[in-house]
Amino acid sequence: MLDDFVVRAALAGVGVALAAAPLGCFVVWRRMAYFGDATSHAALLGVALALSLDLPIFGGVLVVALAMALIVSGLTGRTVSTDALLGVLAHGALAIGLVAVSVLPNQRVDLSAYLFGEILAVTKTDLAVIWGGAAVSVALLVWRWQALLSATLSPDLATASGVNPKREQLILTLALALTVAVALKVVGALLIAAMLIIPAAAARPFSRSPETMAIMAAILATVSALAGLAASFVFDTPTGPSIVTVAAILFALSAGLAPLLRR
Amino acid sequence: MSLISTNNLKLVLGGQIVLDGVSIAIERGEIVTIVGPNGSGKSSLLRALIGALKPAGGSITRAEGLRIGYVPQKLQIDATLPLTVQGFLNLPRRQDRAIVTSALNRAGVPDLAKRQMADLSGGQFQRVLLARALLNTPDILILDEATQGLDQPGAAAFYHQIEDVRRDMGCAVVMVSHDLHVVMAASDRVLCLNGHVCCEGTPEIVADAPEYRALFGTGTQGALALYRHEHTHSHDHTHKHEAP
Repeated sequence: MLDDFVVRAALAGVGVALAAAPLGCFVVWRRMAYFGDATSHAALLGVALALSLDLPIFGGVLVVALAMALIVSGLTGRTVSTDALLGVLAHGALAIGLVAVSVLPNQRVDLSAYLFGEILAVTKTDLAVIWGGAAVSVALLVWRWQALLSATLSPDLATASGVNPKREQLILTLALALTVAVALKVVGALLIAAMLIIPAAAARPFSRSPETMAIMAAILATVSALAGLAASFVFDTPTGPSIVTVAAILFALSAGLAPLLRR
Repeated sequence: MSLISTNNLKLVLGGQIVLDGVSIAIERGEIVTIVGPNGSGKSSLLRALIGALKPAGGSITRAEGLRIGYVPQKLQIDATLPLTVQGFLNLPRRQDRAIVTSALNRAGVPDLAKRQMADLSGGQFQRVLLARALLNTPDILILDEATQGLDQPGAAAFYHQIEDVRRDMGCAVVMVSHDLHVVMAASDRVLCLNGHVCCEGTPEIVADAPEYRALFGTGTQGALALYRHEHTHSHDHTHKHEAP
């Protein structure tokens, strides 16, 4: 079954959807959209690093994404406004990554594969990495769920209840870097943030609790991955962007239905 | 032994010294109000007491096994986060249903368990925060301008609730407030803060202190006179303490 590239693509898409959606809920709740941007854009720099040092792409991306996530995470803890600074980091990382990949001496790199993903080229090894990474990321969130929610609501309140908000932030940072690293192959550096935020935002009107929102987001993300994959075959469109397009359509539908669902 | 005490406490926030040389002690069952102008370090002191802010100098001593209930200044719950009152009270640890119900009762909002946090009024929201602080039957309740954004009757009703809680649970209360007359009336002791402890004592003593007058003028004298008048009779709590 895994010999069929379509099956591998579908499994890869679902794996990324399941990891990204619950994490994306936290990104939305904590208003950290730029956090996702900066970290996922840094993935390209990780690709350049991996290629130049002849390391596995996954490892290079994980290291650089983690470094970027830690930097951003440290900055957002400050009291000064960091909006512009986060923007600089997000776009700077992308630009520097593009330059770095293009000046690599020994090879012509297919840039679009890293920018938009190449889900149809997912190998069995990729699949193992994606599902392994996704499982660790989801396990981190499940394990720390209550504490993460407390720290999201109010760092001071969390502290008063014996939860260390800095530690929870670090957990999220780790999960984010891991998710970025596994999602690169599937949706590409430019659209990872979309897979984090759009399903979560689309799930909001149907949710009365954080848990249902995370589950709804995971369902919507999975539907987006499968429908996007199918659409890319039917319409002969690039797969990564097709997946995000379906997610965006689901969001539009959900936002349209939201007024009807209120109370 | 005091529930919690600071010795020569120094707090630094963003490179600025906000408090220096603060030595205070909170005793079991007393209501202590901290007053002071904006930026005088009131909130920072409370955050240090709950352990959210590390001392840059001096020390904080807590009685062993001290249970603290904390009501923050304000809590912005993002509109994208769906959360019921019940769900909120079960963070970070799941609570017994009976404990949640009793905390909501004590806070004066018995019927809100199933409501969404985002749909609550300002007064209801603060009471839910109070209920949350009461979950672990605290030895000390710490409130940081808990009535910010409430109108005068709302604030008065809220402080009345605090007095009831103190009477029923016997916990000490430390609060920061700008509602000088309401708060002074309810306090055993007032602590006037402005980068350091300016003056402290019973409401009468603090209100007469030149340091306090220099900060707040004599404008609150009228309110305090009213307080003295109201409280010359026996303190039985069966009558209503409405704000003037």
